[in-house]
Amino acid sequence: MSLASFIKSRLVPVELEQQVNRIRKPQGSLGYDPWGYNNEAVKYGLALTKQIYEKYFRVQAHGVEKIPSKGPVLIIANHSGQLPIDGILIGYALASRKKSPRMPRAMIERFFPTVPWLGNLLNEVGAVLGDPVNCAKMLANDEAVIVFPEGIRGSGKLYRDRYELKRFGSGFMHLAMKYNAPIVPVGVVGCEETIPAIANIKPLAKALGIPYAPLALPVVLPAKVHLNFGDPMYFDDLEIPEEQVTERVEKVKAEISRLIDKGLSERKRLF
Amino acid sequence: MTQHRRPHILVTGAAGALAQQVINQLRDHCDLVAVDFREQVYLGDDIPSYCIDFNKRVFEDLFRRYEFDGVIHLGRIMSSQLTRMRRYNANVLGTQKLLDLSLKYGIKRVVVLSTYHVYGAVAYNPALIDEAAPLKSAGLSSDLIDSVELENLANIYLWRYPELNISILRPCNIVGPGVRNAMSTLLASERAPVLAGFSPMMQFIHIDDMADAIVLAYKKPVRGVFNVAPQDWVAYQHALKLCHCKSLPIPSVPPILPSMILRTLKLRSFPSYLMAFFKYPVVIDGRAFANEFGFKPKRELKDIFRFYMDNKKPV
Repeated sequence: MSLASFIKSRLVPVELEQQVNRIRKPQGSLGYDPWGYNNEAVKYGLALTKQIYEKYFRVQAHGVEKIPSKGPVLIIANHSGQLPIDGILIGYALASRKKSPRMPRAMIERFFPTVPWLGNLLNEVGAVLGDPVNCAKMLANDEAVIVFPEGIRGSGKLYRDRYELKRFGSGFMHLAMKYNAPIVPVGVVGCEETIPAIANIKPLAKALGIPYAPLALPVVLPAKVHLNFGDPMYFDDLEIPEEQVTERVEKVKAEISRLIDKGLSERKRLF
Repeated sequence: MTQHRRPHILVTGAAGALAQQVINQLRDHCDLVAVDFREQVYLGDDIPSYCIDFNKRVFEDLFRRYEFDGVIHLGRIMSSQLTRMRRYNANVLGTQKLLDLSLKYGIKRVVVLSTYHVYGAVAYNPALIDEAAPLKSAGLSSDLIDSVELENLANIYLWRYPELNISILRPCNIVGPGVRNAMSTLLASERAPVLAGFSPMMQFIHIDDMADAIVLAYKKPVRGVFNVAPQDWVAYQHALKLCHCKSLPIPSVPPILPSMILRTLKLRSFPSYLMAFFKYPVVIDGRAFANEFGFKPKRELKDIFRFYMDNKKPV
């Protein structure tokens, strides 16, 4: 046994490897897809996430089976917690479900591809630059795509604004309508408490070329996370004015707000 | 009884390995004339070969003498060759001259070889870029301006003179035996520079497949701009590994640092103005060409990399 396969056998349990092998993706001859997704990297990523998901954040996911087993789907959630931990946890919940697991693709901030190592790493485990063209091509490829319509407005918000939904962009709704993709709303509770920030040091963020620089403890707190998946929402592809598209976006936002409230009421304690 | 006339085709860039592959595929059925601005190459007694500058008046004599039906313009000088000014003269003004003469002498089919570099490597590039995407490379480096200008020029002629039946091909990295471009040199070397922490997705097409693509394009007079790339992808550093090529990391942050290092080193195969292509992916969508011309690459990535593994410094 080579050293690499020995390390792999220690890190990646057999059942997890089989689980990943069951998820079919259109890939090239060397195991990559055009966005850099790589099955081998995903196995390591999931093995690590399994520990974080089950032991550190002790995630409770309700209704993950509501995500259709095939076809294009948009998973829309509230964004929080400075780092994209929420995206990773939603992704793992879907990838690890017993019946028809799927490996979703998360749309990430435009800033990530410019970060050495991290940008490539995120791409290899399925994250994709948050560009409408990318999202459109993914839906055309029948992928499940995680989108946070709040973007950095959500992830960078301060602790005092926790669970307050920021403005939703409407790009996801246009794509859902165009590609006939159902929208599965998700309410994430707990990630707000993972890195509570009390201020955003804007000059530092500007100097470093990053979207925000939170003033927070340099640790990720082990808050208990609740994920509540809602029923799929279907929208027709009629040519409608932007005003009505916004109304549809608000419907999704209201549903996410309801799911967050559900999560908050279920939560017994923060940690 | 009228005798069937074999097509007369002018092939530019004849000193390059790609042009020679194309010539070999066409020589049995067509009367070819080969030209190159760099050197005169011997391609057999049946193919007249010239070393000629397109901007010289004698170039027109070839059109008068050989009565061409088509032109396959592969004589694009790569960004790593010559000075910016000479490249501009050859690629842009030379191509303009070639297209003007093609128009004057009633050429019915023109195939122009461009490059995927015209899209430019930027952090915000989506994957599977299609032909309608904006060409951003001129904004990245003045060394890539001639590539974009050549395209613009060919595009103007494409729409203004439909009778020329111009097709512009934008291939991904052409690699394989005899190829002398920057990427082929890197894959063939023992050690290749990488930007630390960056391994963008890349596409490679074997030179034989690219020659097939050009011949297919020539034979079907469909006008337009087409990406040419297989539906297969690999990360740059993974490709180096498969070629048994060791990575030499260059510090990548702050961004000014690698740029300064590369400008100082002046590596031919890893020039500073191509640096962004080793940092951010430019993944093109070749499906429109494949569908229109029935193109399917025959050589797999593994075969391409095995060649480089077995033939270190083959050129």
